[in-house]
Amino acid sequence: MNFITVIVFAPLLAAIVAGLGNRAIGNVPAKAITTGALFLSCLLSWPIFIGFLMGSETASVVPVLDWVRSGAMEFDWALRVDTLTAVMLVVITTVSALVHLYSWGYMAEDPDQPRFFAYLSLFTFAMLMLVTADNLVQMFFGWEGVGLASYLLIGFWFKKPSANAAAIKAFVVNRVGDLGFMLGIFGTFLVFQTTSIPEILAAAPAMQGASHITFLGMRLDTMTILCLLLFVGAMGKSAQLGLHTWLPDAMEGPTPVSALIHAATMVTAGVFMVCRLSPMFEAAPAALAFVTFIGAATCLFAATVGTTQWDIKRVIAYSTCSQLGYMFFAAGVGAYGAAMFHLFTHAFFKALLFLGAGSVIHAMHHEQDMRYYGGLRKEIPLTFWAMMAGTLAITGVGVYHLGLGFAGFFSKDAIIEVAFASGTEMGMFAFWVGVFAALLTSFYSWRLMFLTFWGKPRWIESEHIQHSVHKTPEQAGEDTTGGYHPHESPLNMLVPLGVLSIGAIAAGYVFKTAFLDSAEFWAGSIAYNEHLMHAMHEVPYWVKYSALVVMLLGLLTAWYGYIRNTSFPKQVAEQLGPIYSFVSRKWMFDELYHYVFVKPAFWLGRIFWQKGDVGIIDRFGPDGAAWVVDKGAVLAKKVQSGYLYSYALVMLLGLVAAISWVIFA
Amino acid sequence: MSGFPILSLMMLVPLLGAVACFFVEAKLARTIALAATLIDLLLGVVLWLNFDIGGAQWQFTERAGLFGGFQWALGIDGIALLLILLSVFLMPICIGASWNSITKRVGEYMAAFLFMEVLMIGTFAAQDLFLFYIFFEAGLIPMFLIIGIWGGDDRIYASYKFFLYTLLGSVLMFIAMLWMANEAGTTDIPTLLQYDFPAGAQTWLWLAFFASFAVKMPMWPVHTWLPAAHVQAPTAGSVILAGVLLKLGGYGFIRFSLPMFPAASAEFAWLVFALSMIAVVVTSLIALVQHDMKKLIAYSSVAHMALVTAGLFAFNVQGIEGAMMIMLGHGLVSGALFLCVGVIYDRLHTREIDRYGGLSINMPKYALFFLLFTMASVGLPGTSNFVGEFLALAGIYQASSWVAFICTTGIILGAAYMLYLYRRVAFGEQKNADAAAMPDLDMREWLMLGPLAAAVLWMGVYPESFLAPMRNDIAVLDARLAATAPEGDAHLEIGEPAPAEGDEMHEEALGGAH
Repeated sequence: MNFITVIVFAPLLAAIVAGLGNRAIGNVPAKAITTGALFLSCLLSWPIFIGFLMGSETASVVPVLDWVRSGAMEFDWALRVDTLTAVMLVVITTVSALVHLYSWGYMAEDPDQPRFFAYLSLFTFAMLMLVTADNLVQMFFGWEGVGLASYLLIGFWFKKPSANAAAIKAFVVNRVGDLGFMLGIFGTFLVFQTTSIPEILAAAPAMQGASHITFLGMRLDTMTILCLLLFVGAMGKSAQLGLHTWLPDAMEGPTPVSALIHAATMVTAGVFMVCRLSPMFEAAPAALAFVTFIGAATCLFAATVGTTQWDIKRVIAYSTCSQLGYMFFAAGVGAYGAAMFHLFTHAFFKALLFLGAGSVIHAMHHEQDMRYYGGLRKEIPLTFWAMMAGTLAITGVGVYHLGLGFAGFFSKDAIIEVAFASGTEMGMFAFWVGVFAALLTSFYSWRLMFLTFWGKPRWIESEHIQHSVHKTPEQAGEDTTGGYHPHESPLNMLVPLGVLSIGAIAAGYVFKTAFLDSAEFWAGSIAYNEHLMHAMHEVPYWVKYSALVVMLLGLLTAWYGYIRNTSFPKQVAEQLGPIYSFVSRKWMFDELYHYVFVKPAFWLGRIFWQKGDVGIIDRFGPDGAAWVVDKGAVLAKKVQSGYLYSYALVMLLGLVAAISWVIFA
Repeated sequence: MSGFPILSLMMLVPLLGAVACFFVEAKLARTIALAATLIDLLLGVVLWLNFDIGGAQWQFTERAGLFGGFQWALGIDGIALLLILLSVFLMPICIGASWNSITKRVGEYMAAFLFMEVLMIGTFAAQDLFLFYIFFEAGLIPMFLIIGIWGGDDRIYASYKFFLYTLLGSVLMFIAMLWMANEAGTTDIPTLLQYDFPAGAQTWLWLAFFASFAVKMPMWPVHTWLPAAHVQAPTAGSVILAGVLLKLGGYGFIRFSLPMFPAASAEFAWLVFALSMIAVVVTSLIALVQHDMKKLIAYSSVAHMALVTAGLFAFNVQGIEGAMMIMLGHGLVSGALFLCVGVIYDRLHTREIDRYGGLSINMPKYALFFLLFTMASVGLPGTSNFVGEFLALAGIYQASSWVAFICTTGIILGAAYMLYLYRRVAFGEQKNADAAAMPDLDMREWLMLGPLAAAVLWMGVYPESFLAPMRNDIAVLDARLAATAPEGDAHLEIGEPAPAEGDEMHEEALGGAH
C-alpha cells in the first residue's frame, strides 16, 4: 500500500461514508470520519514534501486502474508524485484539514452537517486527483470533480435563490473554460497522439515555431493555439478576466468553503495547470505573452473592484482574483517557481483571511457588511491578531535589506521583480501593473482592517444585529453597539487560525530558497529558467523597494480615509462619479453578460421552439401531411380515425406485403 | 456455448411470456413479465460472459432456412452484444416502473413490453437483411400501442406523429433493401458488409437508409415526434424509447450506412455534420426554455444523439467508439432521468417543473439519485456519458475543428439546462404543500434506480468492460472506411525546430480571435 494512495482515497472514502451515512450515522461520526481522514492525508503529505525539499524523494507514478483504450487514445487512472505535486499536496491537505476542523465550530448550528463535510472531503479528493494526474484526461476529471464540489458547496444552502443562482453560474462559466480545455486536449492528442503529460512535455520543445495547424479555418502556430486553448480552461477555473464573474458570487457558499475552494486550492488549479505544462508553454512564446497580459489585466481589474466593495467576503474574493493574476503573469514571464511560491504562500494567508472573516461574521451574527462593523479589535482580539497576520502577509510587509518579512513579501515581491527582470515589453507592462496593484492591495486590505476593527462600533445599523438585540437604531440611541456583545469564536475555529497565522508569517522566509532559487528542488517538474531567476536578484534597488513603498502609501491612504477623515472616501467617490460607479459595479461584466448571453439564449430557445419546431417543422411536416390526407380522400379520413389499431394494422399489412414480395419475387 | 441457440432462446422467453400475459389477470401478468425479463437479463449475462473477445467477428450464429429465400439468421458481434445487453438490462426496470402505475389492461401492457423485447433483440441479432427490416419496423408497433393506449391525454396525436415520421423512412429503406438484395444476390448481412456497391448507386441507397435512420435517431429537423411521444408515453415507455429505440438509428448507421456505403457516407458527411451541429445548439436552447420535465429531457436526447451522428461520421476509431459509448451511456442515463420524472409523476401527477421545488428536503435520497443522473447527463468525468462524449468529440476534432467546436458548446448548454432543471425541482423553497409532502423513494424505486446508478459509474470509471467487446468490430469498420475517409481539416505540418522569435504575425492573428 503506497502512501499516496491513502492520501488521495481516504478523503473519498470518508466522503462516501459521511454522505451516504448522513443522518443514519449522525453528526459527530460523520464529522469525525471526514476530519480524521483529512488529518491523516495531511500527516502523510508533509513527509513527502519534506522528502523533496531534502532531495531524498524522487518522482514516481503509482498506477491505479485502466481507464480508456480507444485506438491510439489511451489513458489510465494513475497517481503521479513529483515536486510540483508535493507542493500542492501539502497545500491542499493542510488547508483542507484545518477547514474541516474550523467547520466543526462554524457549522455547529447547521442542520445538515454530514452533507457539508461529505462535500468538503469529496472536493479534497477531486483536487488531489487533479494534482496527481499523469495525463490530461485525469486532470480534467479532477478539474470537473472540483467544479462539481464547488457547485454543491456554493449552493449548500439550497433554499436561498441567490445561492442556487451563484452555484449554477459557477458551473456554467467554468464550462465555458472547459470548452477551451477540452478542445486543447483534443488538439494535443491530434498533434502528439497521446494524452500522457510526460510524453507531451518531452515532445513539446522540438515543436516550437516548427509546426502549423488549422483551427477554425485559421492557419496558426501549433504550440500557440494548443496552449491558448488549454489556458482558456485555466482562465475559467482561476477566475481570470472575462471568466471571473462566478467567483465573487461564489461567496454565497459557507465561509469555510470560500477559504478552501475559492481561495487556497481550486482557483489555483489554473496556475497549477500552466506550471505543470510549463515546457509546453515555453514552446509557445505568443501564448505566454497572452498569459502575462491576462494575468496582469486581472490583477489590476480585481484590485480596483476590491477597493469599492462593502461585503467583507467580496473584498477578499476580489483580492483572490487579483492575486491569481500575479501568479499568472509570473508564469507568463517564465518564472513558474515564483508563481508556485505565491500560490503556496497565498494559500496560507488567504485561507487565514477568509477564516478570519468567517470568525468576524460568526461574531457579528452573520452580518457581512463592513459598514456595520467597527471597533471589533477589543471584542475579538484573537481573530483580530490572526487577521492582522494575514493582512501583513498579503500586503507584503518586509524589508529587503534585513531579509525579513511576512510570507507575501517574499513571493509577491519576487513576482514583481521577475516581471521587471524578464525585460520583455509584456513583462514591463506586468511590472507596472503589479506595482500599482500592490498599492491597491495594501489599500483595500487595510481598509478592511480599519473598517472592521478600528473606529466606533456601527453595529446597530445592521439588520442582523437588530434582530439579535430586538432594537431599532432609534431605540438604541447613543449606544451604537445596540447592547450587542460579539463573542470570540470557539477553540476549534481559533486553532486553524493560529496554525495558518504561522504559515502567513513564516512560509515565505522558510521556503524562499527552495521555491525561487533551487533547480534541484523542482527537479524538472516545471520549466525552471535559471538565468531569469538569477536576473531577478539583480534588479535595481528601486524595483526591490517599489512594492514596500506603495504598500506604505496604500496603508497611509487607508488610514487617512477610514480613521483620520472618514468623510474623505465619500468625497472621492462623488468626485469620481461615473468612474466610481463603473468600478463599484464590477466593470459592468454581469450586466454585459446578462444582455449578451443569458437573455439571448432564452430568447433564441423560445424562438427555435415556438417558431421553428411548432411553427415550421410541425406545421409543414406531420400536421401538414395530416391536413393533406384529411382533405384528400375519404378513405384516408377513415384511416385517420384515431384508432391506433388501424395504424398498427396498416403497418402490419405493409410488413406482410414486404415479406410476400421477398418470398415470391 | 457453441451451437446452443441462445439468441433464439432469448427471444423465445419473452415471447412465451407475452402470450401468457394475454390470458392471465393483472397481478400474475406482472409477475410473469418480471420473471421473463429477469430470465432474459440472466441469459444476457451468460451471453456476455461467453462472448469471445478477440474471437470470430460473428458469434452465436444460427441459420435456419425458412420459406423461399428467407432465412432465420441470427448472430452478433460486439456492437450488437452491447446493445442487446442494454435492452435486457432496461427491461426488468421498465416492468418495475409500471408495477403500480399501470392499472388498466395490465396483461396487454405487459405483453406489449415483452413483445417489444423480442423484437429489439431480433433487430440487433438479425443477420438477414429482411429479418432485420421486419424486427426493425415491427418494434414500433408495440411502442405505438403503448403510447396510444396507456399514454397521456394527447396520446392519439403523439402516436400519429410518431407513425407518420417513421412510415416515410421505412418505405424508402425497404425499396433500397430490395434493390440491394437483387444487386448483390444475397440478403446475408455479413456478406453484404463486404460487398462493394457501385459508387453511383451508393448515393441513393445511402439517402434511402438515411431517411429511416435519421428519423429514428432522431436528427434535426425530423425530431419533433420525440418530445410529443415522450410526453404522452407512460414512464416505462419513455425509458425504453430513450433507452433502446433511439439507438436503432445509430445502430443502423454503424451496421448499414457506414460499412455498406462508405463512399456515399464520406460524400454526405457534411450533411450529417451540419444537421448535428444545428441539433446540438438548437435543441439545447429549446431544452432551456421547457416547462415540462419530459419535454426537456426529450430535447436533451436529441442534442446527445447529434453527438452520436457526428461521432460516427468522423470516420475514426475514437469517433465511432465514442458514439457507441454515448449510445450506451445515454441509454442508461436518459432512461434513469425518465424514471426520476416517473417517480415524482406517480406522486403528484404532473410534469410541470414549477409545481415541484425543494425536493432535497423531503426526498433526499431521490435528490441524490437525480443529482447523479443529472451530472451524468452533463457529462461529468467518472460517469458513463463523459467517456462517450470525450471520445466522440476527440474523434470529431480530428475530422473538423469547426464541428468539434460547435458540438463542444453542447457541454455548456447541457450544463445550463440540466442544472436549471435540477435547481427548480430539487433546490429552492418548498413552494407547494403537496410536493413537500411526497415521501422519499420506496424499495421498488430503489431497486430500479440503484442498478442504473451502479452501471453509470461503472461505465465511467472502468469503461474497458464495454470498450473491449466492440474494439475489434470497430477496427474492422475503421479499416473498411479508411479508403474513403475524408481528410481532417487540421493539416498539421511539423518542420524543423525554428528559433524562438518570429511568430509575431500569429500572435496578432490570435489576439484578434480572442
